[in-house]
Amino acid sequence: MTVSPAQDEDALLLRALRAGDERAFAALVDMYGPSLLRLAQLYVSSRAVAEEVVQETWLAVLTGIERFEGRSSLKTWLFRILTNKAKTRGQREGRILPFSSLAADGDEDQTAVAVERFARGGAWATPPRGVPEERLLAGEARARVEEAIAALPPNQRAVITLRDVEGLSADEACNVLGLSETNQRVLLHRARAKVRAALERYLEEA
Amino acid sequence: MSATATRDLPCQEIVELVTDYLEGAMDAPLRASFEAHLAGCPHCTHYLEQIGAAIRIAGTIRAENLSPEFRTGLLEAFREFPRG
Repeated sequence: MTVSPAQDEDALLLRALRAGDERAFAALVDMYGPSLLRLAQLYVSSRAVAEEVVQETWLAVLTGIERFEGRSSLKTWLFRILTNKAKTRGQREGRILPFSSLAADGDEDQTAVAVERFARGGAWATPPRGVPEERLLAGEARARVEEAIAALPPNQRAVITLRDVEGLSADEACNVLGLSETNQRVLLHRARAKVRAALERYLEEA
Repeated sequence: MSATATRDLPCQEIVELVTDYLEGAMDAPLRASFEAHLAGCPHCTHYLEQIGAAIRIAGTIRAENLSPEFRTGLLEAFREFPRG
């Protein structure tokens, strides 16, 4: 068994947390709090409610910390607790949530790229162009990507947020969201296709 | 023993396979066909580069900091948390 630096760090923080070390708790809050709050906002109606969900999550972490076995990463564990609490809360608010039966994407038939961009045999008619690195460095590129993610249907937004924004692995994202591998991949595919299209539109602006 | 037969994939199919490719969710023959297409198609290579750029940029989006009041409240809750 190899232990990654992240697992090492997790273990140290958890040990300190069990001992009631407030500085370790503050470090965890600063490390994961903003991500937890962002994730909660996918499920509930306001920032204030999202903050309550985050607070409940930390209390659940403190209650459950003795039982945490480190089989998943601390981050995945936190995200899963948060997601469950946020879902419950969102349901109570009567919201249409990611992965509820009501939350179909409504774009099951959509293609990654508009069909008009291909010629009859399926070759590009209007091909994408190369990526000028210097234009990616502009804050504007990030703003466009952020906008495109915010505009996605909830299921796709949840998946791309965990995978590409938070950097979770496919397994971890499935674990947090309770998704099958295939569903996770389909949602990620649709999400990335739309975000790419937004980035391309930005790159095409001279 | 036969060499892996690659089949011709049109660009339109390539763009739908990109995620399976990046996720390592392709069997060997399909992967070989996919890579053979990419090697000969600058357009699909650009497509893949754009997807890669989108992923990289997404990874730089930071979540907003917690408000100081909320953070302080969390630390207080920690202090008051009953320990046995």
